[in-house]
Amino acid sequence: MIYDALIAPFLDFEFMRRALVAICALALGAAPIGVFLMLRRMSLVGDAMAHAILPGAAVGFLLSGLNLIAMTIGGLVAGFAVALLAGLVSRATELKEDASLATFYLVSLALGVTIVSLKGTNIDLLHVLFGDILGMDDSTLLVIAINATVTLLVMALIFRPLVIESVDPLFLRAVSRSGAIAHLGFLALVVINLVNGFHALGTLLAVGLMILPAAIARFWSRDLSLMIAIAVTSGMLSGYAGLVLSFQTRVPSGPAIILVAAIIYLASILFGRVGGILWRLFPGRHLEA
Amino acid sequence: MQFQNLTLGYDRHPAVHHLSGEIAEGALLAVIGPNGAGKSTLLRGIAGLIRPLSGTIRLGGIGARDIAYLPQIAEIDRSFPISVFDLVGAGLWHSTGGFGGIGRRERQRISNALAAVGLQGFESRPIGTLSGGQMQRMLFARVLLQDARLIVLDEPFNAIDARTTADLLELVQRWHAEGRTLLAALHDLEIVRAHFPQTLLLARQVVAWGPTFNVLNTENLLQARRMCEAFDDHAAACEVPDQASHAA
Repeated sequence: MIYDALIAPFLDFEFMRRALVAICALALGAAPIGVFLMLRRMSLVGDAMAHAILPGAAVGFLLSGLNLIAMTIGGLVAGFAVALLAGLVSRATELKEDASLATFYLVSLALGVTIVSLKGTNIDLLHVLFGDILGMDDSTLLVIAINATVTLLVMALIFRPLVIESVDPLFLRAVSRSGAIAHLGFLALVVINLVNGFHALGTLLAVGLMILPAAIARFWSRDLSLMIAIAVTSGMLSGYAGLVLSFQTRVPSGPAIILVAAIIYLASILFGRVGGILWRLFPGRHLEA
Repeated sequence: MQFQNLTLGYDRHPAVHHLSGEIAEGALLAVIGPNGAGKSTLLRGIAGLIRPLSGTIRLGGIGARDIAYLPQIAEIDRSFPISVFDLVGAGLWHSTGGFGGIGRRERQRISNALAAVGLQGFESRPIGTLSGGQMQRMLFARVLLQDARLIVLDEPFNAIDARTTADLLELVQRWHAEGRTLLAALHDLEIVRAHFPQTLLLARQVVAWGPTFNVLNTENLLQARRMCEAFDDHAAACEVPDQASHAA
């Protein structure tokens, strides 16, 4: 019975196995990015970027139909353009990054919707907005795996400057120029992972796999490495449970995955060892020192 | 280090106005003046974080790598989950860079620096759990590791208790004895009198500059207090000739 519900779907159907591999690779890349987005108070930046990549993907779609590589490249170009322009404007002028990003992503989103509606049908738009994790073919899986690999490698390279830039940007600016590189590299990773999540979960929910696991991790640890590990694990767990839920109830898989993550998030808010509500209400007797 | 007709400021409005002078290598200089006098701005300019509106700063062979700059405490994100050890370790940036390993030797240096500021046993504490004084001790440890020829401290003893201040001043004296050049923005004149041989009294312009006992007299201090705080949106362009460009 438990076997039938939790394991059999993956043994019986290849598309479920592919979906599981895809979601694990996605979580591996997206969760660490999400942790840094959260710690740098940029959670909504991910959301903005998700909108920004839409026109690029739409152009790719118009030029070559539902072709994955074309849509990926289009999304990357649009995302990078918005991220770089916003980053440069905020570094060169008084405008803060959130404001410059907001303006650029809105322009990008308006362009994207215009392009899709010029030629596409509603079904195409639905695919772009919500993705299709149950339809992973070889090339999609490969793209996702490559993106996750690149993310982890780049993350390892920029980790130290990124951490120091997040804690004490002024110090890093005084000792090194790597702050700007780390910052822009990080934005690039955000884009890559959004495009990555885009195939599986769609533009709107791709951010979910970044932010929800990060928010969950915040309630369980005060250590950065541990936080990242918890975020990755809870991302994978949500992916697996979401797929099972979707398989058994016919809820669309993308929303199912994010909803499972939301349930874990709620549990973390209540029971999380670091600042969870329960521990705040019943902290126990205070310590001696 | 030489300033030539240096003007620093923001959005064309000067905060330090037409400063000229020289700081000898190995000097221990206090920069004092009322709030808004341009102390922080001057230090930021020396640290290379802002560009002069006009005039020049000549650092006399000191590159960006030889400067350790300690800003006012508020600019650090204390909620970020990083340990005292890791943050202090960033002081080794010039030898480790963004990717170099932290080996046994580096670990030893970091531990020594923490011991020098009285923070043994704090290695794995998250920085968010430190008190104001411990925070400042930690930042001094980072400066210590930077091993810089020029050390720039922006109001390092603000809201710091007497014992911590005394401990950190000892470190300042040690750096001075090692021949490093030290600049510190300060408010406490007792500290300046007791520990800093040279003083620059700033009120956007130089009010007085020289040996501390000459600078710190009532007349100078009064004059500095009367300084004009005007930040006029419609101020005309400053017409004082730029000597540097005239000379050229």
